[in-house]
Amino acid sequence: MATRMPVRATRETAPERVNRRGGLERPDPRAPKPATFVALLLACAVLVVLDLTSPVLSPLRRVVGEVYGPLESAATTMARPVTSIPEWFRGQGELRAEVRRLEADNAALRQQLAGVGYDRNKLVQYERLTAVAENIGYAVVPARVIGIGPSQSFEATVTIDAGSAAGVQPDMTVVSGEGLVGRVLRVTRGTATVLLLADADAVVGGRVGDSMEVGFVHGSGELAGEAPLDLELVDQSVVPAKGDTVVTWGSDKGAPYVAGVPIGVVDSVYSDVRDSTKRARITPFVDVTRLDVVGVAVPSGTASDRALIDADGELK
Amino acid sequence: MTSLAATRAAVAAALVTLAVVLQVSVLPSFAWDGPASPVPNLLLLVVVAAALTRGGQFAMVLGFAGGVVLDLAPPADHLAGRWALALLVVGYVAGRLRQDHAAGRWNGPSAPPALAVVGTVAGCSFVGTSLYALTGVLLRDPAVGVGEMLPAIAAGVLWDVLLTPLVVPALMMLWRRLEPDFVR
Repeated sequence: MATRMPVRATRETAPERVNRRGGLERPDPRAPKPATFVALLLACAVLVVLDLTSPVLSPLRRVVGEVYGPLESAATTMARPVTSIPEWFRGQGELRAEVRRLEADNAALRQQLAGVGYDRNKLVQYERLTAVAENIGYAVVPARVIGIGPSQSFEATVTIDAGSAAGVQPDMTVVSGEGLVGRVLRVTRGTATVLLLADADAVVGGRVGDSMEVGFVHGSGELAGEAPLDLELVDQSVVPAKGDTVVTWGSDKGAPYVAGVPIGVVDSVYSDVRDSTKRARITPFVDVTRLDVVGVAVPSGTASDRALIDADGELK
Repeated sequence: MTSLAATRAAVAAALVTLAVVLQVSVLPSFAWDGPASPVPNLLLLVVVAAALTRGGQFAMVLGFAGGVVLDLAPPADHLAGRWALALLVVGYVAGRLRQDHAAGRWNGPSAPPALAVVGTVAGCSFVGTSLYALTGVLLRDPAVGVGEMLPAIAAGVLWDVLLTPLVVPALMMLWRRLEPDFVR
């Protein structure tokens, strides 16, 4: 009994230890061995230190990369049908947002396209205005027609968007790319009122281009249609030929009309039986119902709030 | 080396390669916040499954070797040895857990309860990722703050636990089939 007791005592004091060893027979051969653990820990440390201090591992990285690079690439390719699934779900919101954005873009572009014809015409008009400025030898303030007087008030006037700030003053000549438009009646800071040639009160000194004969061009008061002008020659003995061009003869210091601006062509010649004068109907070059871009002839070097088309065609 | 051992080594190498490749090139597509967010650590699951069936000694070596591959395979730019260390410890810890369990309720090769597996995976994932992050802090590899580390570690643990029922039973079955008959 005395020899057996200590054995039982040791068994009873450490029963768990015996169990933890995997039963009574032998320790688990598959338990992690501390020696291996420490050795591998040291291997890790060696790897870290090697990588930290020298480029010794970069060939190894390269070799592993050569092996794993193609594998990863192949895996990505093969898995693409599967990996694109979450993207498909996630993409719905993005696609809707993109559709909205594209629709907005489309609307903007359509709007832009709708204005292309207008813009092209405007450009042509500006170019012609430049040519006019070169012809008449004056600087030209470009302006847009922003208002047309009502025809029931029986006056042919328009408002343009250039005023005193742009260097426009009363009694200045207004031209367009085609020819004479009229003259400035009044100005405000930002706008000017222009009396058109067609107004019944407008009288312009005109010269028949071919014969250099002078006369007076009267407006008919009509805006619509052909709106013919009336030329009364000073020298009654001269008969203008059909198709002759009539240009302004010009006034003192260029006011109200500068010289040499084309007005129109002679359409027909007739005799007024009442006062036995010869008159000619002039078809104006400018169709006042289609006015958009006009120019106000100003002396070169005028201070202006916008770019002037100078007499040499340059923008100043 | 018996033919079974050779088969085991080949299978281990194939599994490590597959896990690393999937983890690097396929799983990022399924991450929550785009490709740069945490992804499941497949290699860790492989190591834990090996530890639960084959034991800690085998899992330690497998973890070390797989970690070295993960440290050197292309997108990796951190110091070599960091994942090796983390997965080595994971193999060791999982092996110790198996041993404790094996002495208790589930004996040897019989299947451990599912909850124990999930718990082991969660703990090992936390230990492994934390260890990797801590070595980064110590070595100033990319020195990240604890505030950035913790969400990434938590997301990693969550991913690994989510993937456990899909991956770990199959892996454990595979390892068990590669055991010699006398152990079974």
